[in-house]
Parts: sequence; structure tokens; C-alpha cells
Amino acid sequence: MWEWGALRDWLSGLMTPYWANPLLTAVQILMVMIGLVLTMAFYTLAERKVIGWIQSRRGPNRVNLFWIPGLGQPFADVIKLMFKEIIIPADASGFLFRLAPFLSLVPALAIWAVIPFSPQHAFANIDAGLLYVLALTSMGVYGIILAGWAANSKYAFLGAMRSAAQIVAYEIAMGFAMVGVLMAAGSLNIGDIIEAQRGGPLSWNWFWLFPLLIVYFIAGVAETNRAPFDVAEGESEIVAGFHVDYSGMAFALFFIAEYVNMILISALTVIFFFGGWLSPFDGYLSESAWLAGPSFFWFGLKTLFPMFCFLWLRATFPRYRYDQIMRLGWKALIPVTLVWLLVEGFMVYFHVGPWKGHL
Amino acid sequence: MQAIRSFLKTFLLWELLQGLWVTLKGMFRHKTTINYPEEKTPQSVRFRGLHALRRYPNGEERCIACKLCEAVCPALAITIESDVANDGTRRTTRYDIDLFKCIYCGFCEEACPVDAIVETRIHEYHMENRGENIMTKDKLLGIGDRYEAMIAADRAADAKYR
Amino acid sequence: MFPTILFFVFSAVLISAALGVILVRNPVHSALLLVLCFFNSAVIWILLDAEFLGIVLVLVYVGAVMVLFLFVVMMLDVNLEEFRSGLTDYWPLAAAVAGFVVFAIINVIVVKHLGGASLRSAPALAEGYSNTRALGTVLFTRYAYAAEIASTILLVASVAAIVLTLRRRPGGKLQNIAQQVAVRARDRVRIVKMTAEKRP
Repeated sequence: MWEWGALRDWLSGLMTPYWANPLLTAVQILMVMIGLVLTMAFYTLAERKVIGWIQSRRGPNRVNLFWIPGLGQPFADVIKLMFKEIIIPADASGFLFRLAPFLSLVPALAIWAVIPFSPQHAFANIDAGLLYVLALTSMGVYGIILAGWAANSKYAFLGAMRSAAQIVAYEIAMGFAMVGVLMAAGSLNIGDIIEAQRGGPLSWNWFWLFPLLIVYFIAGVAETNRAPFDVAEGESEIVAGFHVDYSGMAFALFFIAEYVNMILISALTVIFFFGGWLSPFDGYLSESAWLAGPSFFWFGLKTLFPMFCFLWLRATFPRYRYDQIMRLGWKALIPVTLVWLLVEGFMVYFHVGPWKGHL
Repeated sequence: MQAIRSFLKTFLLWELLQGLWVTLKGMFRHKTTINYPEEKTPQSVRFRGLHALRRYPNGEERCIACKLCEAVCPALAITIESDVANDGTRRTTRYDIDLFKCIYCGFCEEACPVDAIVETRIHEYHMENRGENIMTKDKLLGIGDRYEAMIAADRAADAKYR
Repeated sequence: MFPTILFFVFSAVLISAALGVILVRNPVHSALLLVLCFFNSAVIWILLDAEFLGIVLVLVYVGAVMVLFLFVVMMLDVNLEEFRSGLTDYWPLAAAVAGFVVFAIINVIVVKHLGGASLRSAPALAEGYSNTRALGTVLFTRYAYAAEIASTILLVASVAAIVLTLRRRPGGKLQNIAQQVAVRARDRVRIVKMTAEKRP
């Protein structure tokens, strides 16, 4: 649980622990949610800016905030979306149509319960943390399938079907990549996975598990339905895929879910392969130096890199054809992970790399 | 050997990395965006925008209702009716240009023997109601009066190439 | 106290969702209610401190099996009227099966006293007990052969499913992507250097 001295003391002075503890948890959840939603808001701006720069444009620069051109764009977008009418098609299955945006957003936010932001800061430190992450990422597909089905539209349905098949296929590659991380750490607990990578950048998992890192990230991009794997929304073929019929805030919820998922995949990539909150100077500078200590600062800084890669990939690659996506998932990524798991098995047996101290 | 090399190239995602490098370089390239209302791209004096009817310096209408523009107009956007005016000259009583039909080809300008109908460099105009797309004679003459300085300067600058 | 309330809440939702699965008319709705069922049973497992099993239930059934199930149910164009007609004729068989299942469950819980202890409360767990580790230890020591045999059977089944359904239609125009990837420029294009011809 969050070690948040001042607020905890203040609250427990006011009321009994029976009320203070849930209240403290609620406040913490609220803090993380607000932080996430703000990150997501500026991530959408960053996406438009970065893709603009790559295409020799300037990106949004009309809405000023604190005299910085374009910084207010996300808020302008939110205000616009809030005031738009939410249209529910006449033949849609009303309840499911309304439920679908929440089904895609809730798992995306719920996963953050097990993400450790720094050694002291995590909501839940559960033993099967890795499995929890895997279980809830696969939950996100329900929102997409239901949105596609409930809208009673062929485009939406096609998008939902594509997305379902794609997510189920890439889940396997993703799971295998996680098995590699699991073998390196010897634990399903996310805190332990980070601790196992202690000892500077070269002992982080990315070095010994490099193929798995690549596979994990590609699968993550596919799982979040982002370009170049965004056939679920592929606007040139099926308009906007599963969310064609959504408007206003209902559409915005899908949008938030997608971006929160992208941030999540980035955070998980950092946790599994780049040592989470561990400092890159760990082992090179003395432990007492602030730069060498593990902190939220390093976690956040490292997370920015995969987040940038998402945008970079989107600006670089054209969309895959659907059969090529399936081929890549089943015939390229899964065999690569299997081969590397075998290699990793040998590394464990002969005590190479991170397994030097084992047994 | 060749096979091994191409295999490695595929598995190390070499070509994808090359593509990523190109876009990364692109990020630091000069940005070509023009901040439109504040900055504008330079315009040619030959730019063909909104139409205008001109007058002679003494205030007399140039148009002699010869209907050459109406004849040459490929989009049939110009409608002219004429009558004999009080001073005995032939004048238009109606000179309409439908801006929705007009394709801004500039043939009317070319056809005009007295340089009456011209296309100005005005390109930022809009309509808010039905019917505003029809430029009547009064409106065209109004635009001509208002922008006569610009129109005359543009004609003068372009005169030697005609 | 609080876990007990939670248990009853989730059980109530579980039972009503389970009833919904068989009573709801729309097959997609009943598949979704089945998802809700799995979720609630996962929660009840977690309330019993069996977090590994609970999460695996969500991961496997909700995350993968039911997605494919929904996929199929949505794609099928089931004619419900035709499907329903004459269904009630089978009620004696259904009643017999249901009666047998109820009898078996009562037999297990009450007569054999198997569930007697766990009905009262789950045993307290030792500090530092990880049921993931415990399950792994049991699975790879005591039941190692059983686990290996089960996984082999599953592997054979999935390979068999692919072999049985794979068909190559003659005259199909599918691309062979592996071949496309393997193509090199020099196989397709020959660049010839020629000296410029002199002007006559």
C-alpha cells in the first residue's frame, strides 16, 4: 500500500481507521486516475504533434495554454466531445451499446491496480500480478466485440470480428514473451520481477531477452489495435471499425481506453524489460546518490520511450493486410518466442546471464 | 551465404529499422506548415479568384454587353441581358455570374475586348445564404470599385507577358 | 463479516446470471451472462484466497474461450423459432440429467462430508503462503506425469483440429508470403550498364 505519511496521519487524526483506510485508498485511486487521464490527454496531443513533425508539419498550435501553442488542444477536444449528442442507432441493442464503452475502459484502468510506480507505491502487491495483467488485458476485447455487435452495423461488426481474432492471436505471443520474463524472475509478482533485474542497465531483461522484448512490444501494439495493426478501425476500408456508430463521450471513452492501454503496454514493457523503477546508474553510482536510487522518476522517464515508439511506428508503417497480421502473429512471433524460451532454458541450465546466482 | 544474409535481414527487421530512421530524421526537418491567417503563401498576379467588373477612370462602365464572355464561358455561369441606355450606348441590364457553376478558368477575362470582367486575387470569401452565390452586376461593380487599385496594378504587372 | 457479505452478494449475482444463461432468449446475451458467471466464480475463488485459480479462470475462460464462443455465436445466423420448436419434448431426459447432477452434488457435500469443513470457513493460511507456488509444486512433482499426458493430449487435439479443417482449394490465388519475402531484387531486375551511343 501507498506509504503516504502526511495524508494518512492527518486522516487518522480525524476519524477511526475503519473509515480512514478506505478513504485514503479512494483518494489514492482518484490521484492515479486523474494522473492517468491527464497523461492520456497530453498523449493524444503528443501523438498529433510527433506525427506532425515527422510529416514536416507543426501539429496543433491554435489552442494556447500557459502561452504554449497547442497545449490546450486536449481540453478543447474534451469540451467538444462532451457537448456532442450521443446518438444511439434505432436498431442497436440499447443496453449493450451503452455498456460497451465502459467494458473497454474499466479493464484498462483496473490493471493499474498492480502496477508498481516506485518501490513503495503500488495499490496491490499480489502474487499472481503477471497473470492479473494478462487476464485483464484480454478483457478489453469485450468492449470492442460488444460495440461492434450492439451497433447492428456491418462495418462495426467486421471491425469487431477482426479485432477479436487479432487480440486472441497476439495474446498467445504476448503470454509466451511473459513466460520468458517469468523464467528470468522466478516469480509472478511484478515487484519481484523488477527486483530480479537489479544491477544496472545490462542486467535488465532487455539484454538477455531481446527477441522477447521485440515480440512483446509488437504484440502489445497489435493488442491495443494501433497502427500498423489497426485493421479493427481501418478507416480506409471499414470507416472506423467497431466505433463507427459512437459519438460524443461514448466515443471518447473508447478513445481513452485505447490510449490508457497504450500507456499501460509502455509501462509493462518498462517493467518487464527495462527494470521498472530501477535507476540506470544502479551499481555505477553509490547507492545513496538520488540518481542511483529506484524512484518513480526513472519509471516515468523510461515509460516515455515505448510511448514514443507507439507514435513513431504509427507515423512510419502502412497498415498490414489482415492475412499478413495473422501470419505474423501465428507463424513468426510465436515460433520466435518458443525458440527463445528454449534458448533461455539452456541459459538457466548452464547458469548464463541473469541466472549466474541461481541454484 | 545470400540466403543467410536475407534471413538475417528479415529477422533483424533491417528494412523496418531503415524506415524508422527515415521518419526519425524527418522529425527534425524544417516544418513547412504556413500558419494560415497570420502567414500566407505568396500569390501570383495572375491568380484567378472572385470576379469584378471594372469602370473607366471617368466612372463609365467598361462593359459594352458584347456577350463574348457569356459565349466563351465553358460552365455557362454567365447570364447577360442588354438594352440601349439613355445616352444611346449598349449596356447590360443584367450581368450575373453563378459562382457555383464558375470554374475560374479565366476565359471571360481573356475574351473581354475592353477588360471589363476580370478575376481578382480575392480568394477568401464565403456565402451564408441561398442565392448569395449569384454575383449580380451591382455586386461585381462594387468589387471592381473597391479593388480597382489592386486590379490595375496586377494588370500592369502582367501586361508585358500578354 | 465483510467477506461474508461479499460472498453472498457475488453468489446471488452468480446464481441469477446462471439462471439468465438458460432463460434469456438472445444467444449473445446468454453468452455474456455466462461471462458474468465466470467472473463471479473467479471472485468467489479469490475470496477463498485461491487467487491463482480465480485469475486463471478469468484469463482462460473469459479472456480466450468466451471470446471465441461469442465470436461464433455472433457469426451464426441462428433461426431461434425453428431451434425452439419441439425442444420441450425432451423434458424427461433433461429432468433425469438435472436430477442426477443434483443428487451427485448433495451426495458429495452432505453424505460424504467432503464439503462439511469448508462450508463453515476456509482454513487460515500460513504467512508467506503462495498458492501459485503451491500449485506449481504439486503440478510438477506429484502430478507431473498426469500434467504431461494432459498437455500432450491437448497438443495432439489441436494439431488434429488443424489437420482436419485445413483444406487447399485448387486454383486458389492465395499468395505465398514466405516466397514473396524471400525474393531478392537481383532475381527480378537485371541492371545493365551501357555506354552512351555516339550521335551520328
